[in-house]
Amino acid sequence: MSAPSHSSAHGGLQIDPSKLRYILATDCGSTTTKAILVERVGGGWRQTQRAEAPTTVEEPFADVTIGVSNSLTEIGELAGRRFIADDGTIIRRKGEGDPDGCDLYISTSSAGGGLQMVVAGVVAQMTAASAKRAALGAGAIVMDTIASNDKRRPHERIQRIRELRPDMVLISGGTDGGNVQQVVQIAEQIAPAKPRPRFGGEYELPVIYAGNKDAAPQVRAIFGDPKYGGFDLAVVDNLRPTLEQENLGPARDKIHDVFLEHVMAHAPGYDKLISWSDAPIMPTPGAVGDILQRIAARDRLNAVCVDIGGATTDVFSVFDGTFNRTVSANLGMSYSISNVCAEAGLDKVLRWVHIDMDERELRNRVKNKMIRPTTIPQSAEALVFEQAVAREALRLAYVQHKEFATTLKGVQQQRTVGDLFAQQASGQTIVDDMKLDLLVASGGVLSHAPKMEQTAAMLVDSFEPQGFTQLAKDSIFMMPHLGVLASVHPEAAMEVFERDCLVRLGWSVAAKGEGKWGKKCFSYRVSGAVTASGDLACGDVALVRVGPEQEVEVTVEPTKEFDLGAGAGKPVTRRVKGGTVGILFDARGRPLTLPENPADRRAAVARWANLWETC
Amino acid sequence: MAKAYTPGLKVSARANYRARRQLPVHGEVLVKVGDAVKARDPIARTYIEGEVTPVAVASILGVPAGDLAALMLVKQGDAVAAGQTLARSRGIFGLGKKECPSPAAGTVESISTTTGQVILRGAPIPVEVKAYIDGRVVEVLANEGAVVEADAAFVQGIFGVGGETVGPIRLACTRHDERLEAERIKPDMKGAIVVGGARVTAAAVKAAQAAGVAGIVTGGIDDADLREILGYDLGVAITGTEKIGLTIVITEGFGDIAMAERTFALLSGFDDGKGGREASVNGATQIRAGVMRPEIVVTRRAGDPEPSQGARPEEGALEIGTQVRLIRDPYFGLLGTVSALPSEPAVLGSGSKARVLEVKLGDGRSVTVPRANIELIET
Repeated sequence: MSAPSHSSAHGGLQIDPSKLRYILATDCGSTTTKAILVERVGGGWRQTQRAEAPTTVEEPFADVTIGVSNSLTEIGELAGRRFIADDGTIIRRKGEGDPDGCDLYISTSSAGGGLQMVVAGVVAQMTAASAKRAALGAGAIVMDTIASNDKRRPHERIQRIRELRPDMVLISGGTDGGNVQQVVQIAEQIAPAKPRPRFGGEYELPVIYAGNKDAAPQVRAIFGDPKYGGFDLAVVDNLRPTLEQENLGPARDKIHDVFLEHVMAHAPGYDKLISWSDAPIMPTPGAVGDILQRIAARDRLNAVCVDIGGATTDVFSVFDGTFNRTVSANLGMSYSISNVCAEAGLDKVLRWVHIDMDERELRNRVKNKMIRPTTIPQSAEALVFEQAVAREALRLAYVQHKEFATTLKGVQQQRTVGDLFAQQASGQTIVDDMKLDLLVASGGVLSHAPKMEQTAAMLVDSFEPQGFTQLAKDSIFMMPHLGVLASVHPEAAMEVFERDCLVRLGWSVAAKGEGKWGKKCFSYRVSGAVTASGDLACGDVALVRVGPEQEVEVTVEPTKEFDLGAGAGKPVTRRVKGGTVGILFDARGRPLTLPENPADRRAAVARWANLWETC
Repeated sequence: MAKAYTPGLKVSARANYRARRQLPVHGEVLVKVGDAVKARDPIARTYIEGEVTPVAVASILGVPAGDLAALMLVKQGDAVAAGQTLARSRGIFGLGKKECPSPAAGTVESISTTTGQVILRGAPIPVEVKAYIDGRVVEVLANEGAVVEADAAFVQGIFGVGGETVGPIRLACTRHDERLEAERIKPDMKGAIVVGGARVTAAAVKAAQAAGVAGIVTGGIDDADLREILGYDLGVAITGTEKIGLTIVITEGFGDIAMAERTFALLSGFDDGKGGREASVNGATQIRAGVMRPEIVVTRRAGDPEPSQGARPEEGALEIGTQVRLIRDPYFGLLGTVSALPSEPAVLGSGSKARVLEVKLGDGRSVTVPRANIELIET
């Protein structure tokens, strides 16, 4: 057997899966570049090595491929096989006996960090507010909202846009058939700003116009004027076609598309990365979404997957076959950690901490993590705090997912005049926590948690699943790699996914409802490979160890105030296979509320940590 | 080879610095290529329309809008001073006359007998862009501004708040690890760029605000103090537009952390005892990929010492004997020397496994830390 031949890039590669043996895949995150080696072992495919290196999009490196080289060098050291040549490029295997090189190199990327936008509208409380909602729904950070009535002079607005260097601008304004002049004036103020891109180069700033359709020709003329130049204008349906109607879908989808295809691709060195890769580089969220959809379809599941990164947190869901994805660009564990604390409030973060911590010192730690994003927690105390921040980031990202990502595309939201000034999300969520079958954790703080119990507890505390929900984690955060691998070699991807990627943690069995702490919530009985039973009062939790290969029958009987999946007060019996953690019984109620008194709260959090063995 | 990465902050005694200076709207460029400019010199100027002040004259006089024209004492196009009477009612039998004074200076733009409102337009507002640095114009941007270049000392901070400012450098601390307390701020530091050592306290910032200090450059700041100074909790780190009366540049990080000796030595050399060398400072920071850092720029003069050509570690190289700073708790801010580079990952106190290194600290202790938690110190 000979190694497959390679063309220069993905376009012309003819992959013969039978000839592949060594597959390298990287995921270039905003903070860390993660590499895995997938090898044919015996008759099947296994993930055999992993390594990581800091992502190098920033000065002094400003080339994403340096981080890729570093991670692949390390993987080579671990595998005893050279993958990187002296000139820093990837070595290709020349034949069966070649001791060095790989047969296939593929990559995903989210390097470039979160999406940062400036939005504009005519009236701050109306079209500009709708534009802001569309941007937030697409997971952007809204750096500023420009409006005709924002009490700034035109030159101040121009100066501001210039200073902010947004990745993208969304312009709205006017209802269809209404006043043209004002939205054109807004466009006239944005064009001369000619914001300089944060990554330099020949970047054309994407501008999305989603305003009065009658003004579109004039807006086109303004951004097409060679005197300004440097814009990439896309025109989509008006996000406020009438005063009472809001139609965020088209603008939101366009933002997503432009971000993934345009903004991220301007990370320094991205062109070189494309030339190295044997398949098109997938955006990390796209790759994770693909693999989740494959699993949900194959096993007929309702599933949610979260990927928490340094700058962003992505949430993916499949409910009744409908796939949704949100990118919360301002929630993450490094670049965005300070924003998590500001948005949630440090008190909300600290409610998950059961040990004494000095708030002043914690504030400094958060900011230092933000300015030096690649550091990792060294002490147990630092880990407790980091996982507390993660709980809030996950909770907020899931709230955002429920609010924004589940509305059917193209459906217009009726907003009454009374709603005009309300900042409510559009549409009804189709995310149903009781119907959720599988919750998958991915991303550094979840995948790399020292104890599986910590990952499980973080998931339960932040997502608050109801009834029976299987918990899993991406063992070493390789779902992005497998997503892109599935695009060229689906069998290998699914084999590795089952064998090496997905770690079944166990189950969350949680009662929906509220009750007085200490009062009975539900009883449980476990039989089969493991036997256990007990009564749980409101505010209690329990852990029953059931191993990954053990199968048990679980019966739960809630009191009349609580629902475990069959309705209030109705018993439920399920046969389940365990996991590395087991079954987490949760009688804390839904929505999950913690004691207000700090001493009681701390005692409760310590008790839960003890019972679920997270510390 | 094992490598570590610093945030890549530049601390350079000599650099070619270019400032692109642009008006927000078209105007007149006041300089030409080759001109020598000072930081405070305007290099481009334009005028924008003055403020609009609507005055509900009819309502103030208590008369119908339709009667307004006859009661006006000024006409469209007239210049009016603040306080000048715009209109006067007739009263009843000449008694109880009411007057409407102009709330602002300007020109009468319109008088509406439909709404009873008079629109005053203020004087055109000049908008200028200044050179920001002492240097030479190397490019003119037609109708917009110019590019100014200087041979300068250039220091990037890690975080800042507040925008561009210019002032002479004044040393407030005598050592790089000395805290910048309120008593170190003196009245004669008005308009100066005050260089501290380690953490600046909230009290010192308040004292500096009161003294009219233009900017503070120091090693660290407590986030709790920053919140107090700003009045809000900073979430996404996009700064530069804060209106707090001065600009703050932090060179190292949050908490009690000393300014790097090299940075301190460079900056302190500019307090020449003759009032201090002029520095251009900008606190604008954007922490994200494609990061923007705050900066301090001091244009060089003939006779300034040349930067030392001492040995510097290869960019990013980490070896035994390399000087490092620990950048994560529980050792945040401590300095030391790499004493071992074990290749096998180790279990940390957190329970995680990571590649580590051993560092001999300045106080003689030897500690093991994750490789991710150090940064190299340029010597």
